[in-house]
Amino acid sequence: MTHLAVPKTYKLYIGGKFPRSESGRTYEVVARDGSFLANAAKASRKDARDAVVAARAAQPGWAGATGYNRGQVLYRIAELLEGRRAQFVLEITSTEGVTAAAAGKQVDAAIDTWVWYAGWADKYVQVAGNANAVSGPYFNISVPEPTGIVAIVAPPDSLLGLVSVVAPAIVSGNTVVVIASETAPLSAISLAEVLATSDVPGGVINILTGSAAEIAPWLASHADVNALDLTGAESLEWVDLQIAAADTLKRVRTPGDFGASLDRIVGFTETKTVWHTKSLI
Amino acid sequence: MTIQTPVALAPAQRALSVLGGDLTERSLRLHLEGLSGVDAVGLEQRAADLGTRSIKTSSKAWALDRIIELIDLTTLEGADTPGKVRSLVAKALTPDASDVTTPRVAAVCVYGDMVPYAVAALGSAHANGGPNGINVAAVATAFPSGRASLRVKLADTADAVAAGADEIDMVIDRGAFLSGRYGQVFDDIVAVKDACRRDNGTHAHLKVILETGELNTYDNVRRASWLAILAGGDFIKTSTGKVAPAATLPVTLLMLEVVRDWHRLTGEHIGVKPAGGIRTSKDAIKYLVTVAETAGEQWLTPSLFRFGASSLLNDVLLQRQKIKTGHYSGPDYVTID
Repeated sequence: MTHLAVPKTYKLYIGGKFPRSESGRTYEVVARDGSFLANAAKASRKDARDAVVAARAAQPGWAGATGYNRGQVLYRIAELLEGRRAQFVLEITSTEGVTAAAAGKQVDAAIDTWVWYAGWADKYVQVAGNANAVSGPYFNISVPEPTGIVAIVAPPDSLLGLVSVVAPAIVSGNTVVVIASETAPLSAISLAEVLATSDVPGGVINILTGSAAEIAPWLASHADVNALDLTGAESLEWVDLQIAAADTLKRVRTPGDFGASLDRIVGFTETKTVWHTKSLI
Repeated sequence: MTIQTPVALAPAQRALSVLGGDLTERSLRLHLEGLSGVDAVGLEQRAADLGTRSIKTSSKAWALDRIIELIDLTTLEGADTPGKVRSLVAKALTPDASDVTTPRVAAVCVYGDMVPYAVAALGSAHANGGPNGINVAAVATAFPSGRASLRVKLADTADAVAAGADEIDMVIDRGAFLSGRYGQVFDDIVAVKDACRRDNGTHAHLKVILETGELNTYDNVRRASWLAILAGGDFIKTSTGKVAPAATLPVTLLMLEVVRDWHRLTGEHIGVKPAGGIRTSKDAIKYLVTVAETAGEQWLTPSLFRFGASSLLNDVLLQRQKIKTGHYSGPDYVTID
């Protein structure tokens, strides 16, 4: 008996669920050679709005978890990624047209990046925070705190690009709405399947597929988004996005490389400084 | 079996004209139990259909403004303070400080002991029951349970009216209603209506809360609605907001049908107030559609339809800001209650 091909339906990932686009739209994802791979949901501005609502609802709980706990949750995702290695390799070879060896290298790099950022969860505060010297009988302490919701335009390099922008944003306790690569969204949705079976609370990571040019302006101007990561927005009118974000004083990261760095974590935090008396007499 | 002598009820004008001269517990029971049963599946289907209308652009902008004008901005917490009431009134007067064209709400709804603070805070904006300005509504009659003697309930009501309340939200005795003691519920409402009378002959508007979440069946909701109207209620209100489920679309649709039937029968307009659980503009717009399609568009006025809500206002303001500025707004841009 011949096996019937079962094409997979790729949907959005919002608030821990896999909804279709509110608009009902889909678009074809094709392989590098032009052959049909899958239909993916084409997110609308209302999907972006719903994602922000889900991210806002999840933010206090995620930020309230201890750094150690967040680290454990992130490590667990790395374990699950490792278990799905073959699937990711297959998706990357088909969408990006690279060899299995190159795809394998990308998946390994993505997992390594994830583990590297997970390690920072209970350490970045010690590095980025400080006990400031002040002239008086006071402790003066600065600590970084998550900024809130980060909207991200992911780079086109499917899995590695996505992991490199999402992991640093959530390490500190932010929640994210990420627009996956338009041409290579498959690994983004597979990552969502990993997240859905992990310990990450629903809404911490929300993944939209579709046109970044269409959705990003709505996220950039959204008053309930606190920061904008334009790492993958090189091909968009990203200066306009930056201008739209200025209205609500968002933190903005302009397009550039996505190498692992502590700066990516600290860039989406706010510094809180407190004074406390050294003694009570 | 003993034959009971007919128990005469308080002579309420409407009941006398509809039920005939001989107003007794028995004639009231015969009338209420003679109402046709409610087709629950049909009712829910109709409500669901009315909820699927797509309201866009200019109609949506109109609907949002109208929703604000229909809101009874409410705070009914044990932790209420005069300060909390003053901030509620400030919000009622200026819902959105970033846009002065935002309409004002219909009324503020507070506990009876908070009425003097609400009246003082409103100052010249106090409507005094008229159409211009903001009314003060007070919940009375041992809200939300209604478990007190009639003497206490009447004192509670008279106290709120004396303090300047323009509208009284009373609760019916659900225990008596469910036990079939319709006459007792009827007499209570008539007595409270009487307690709403002011010295100058006018009286505070009476809203009768049925607490539909405790009435169990749609048939009971229909009977309670008729009962409240016959006894003299100016408004019928779904819920206290303290019992789940609070207002639902099917229950509100059913009450609107009763109000429509009453209008056809007597030409008189009775108001409806869904309260509790309406938190989003989307939900509120469904209610507007239901009102317009059931009772008619002339019911979309503060004297005939109200939303009992607190968090609804903020969601409506966010939607208004979205329409005005063209980008999504966030909870940081409206006041916290």
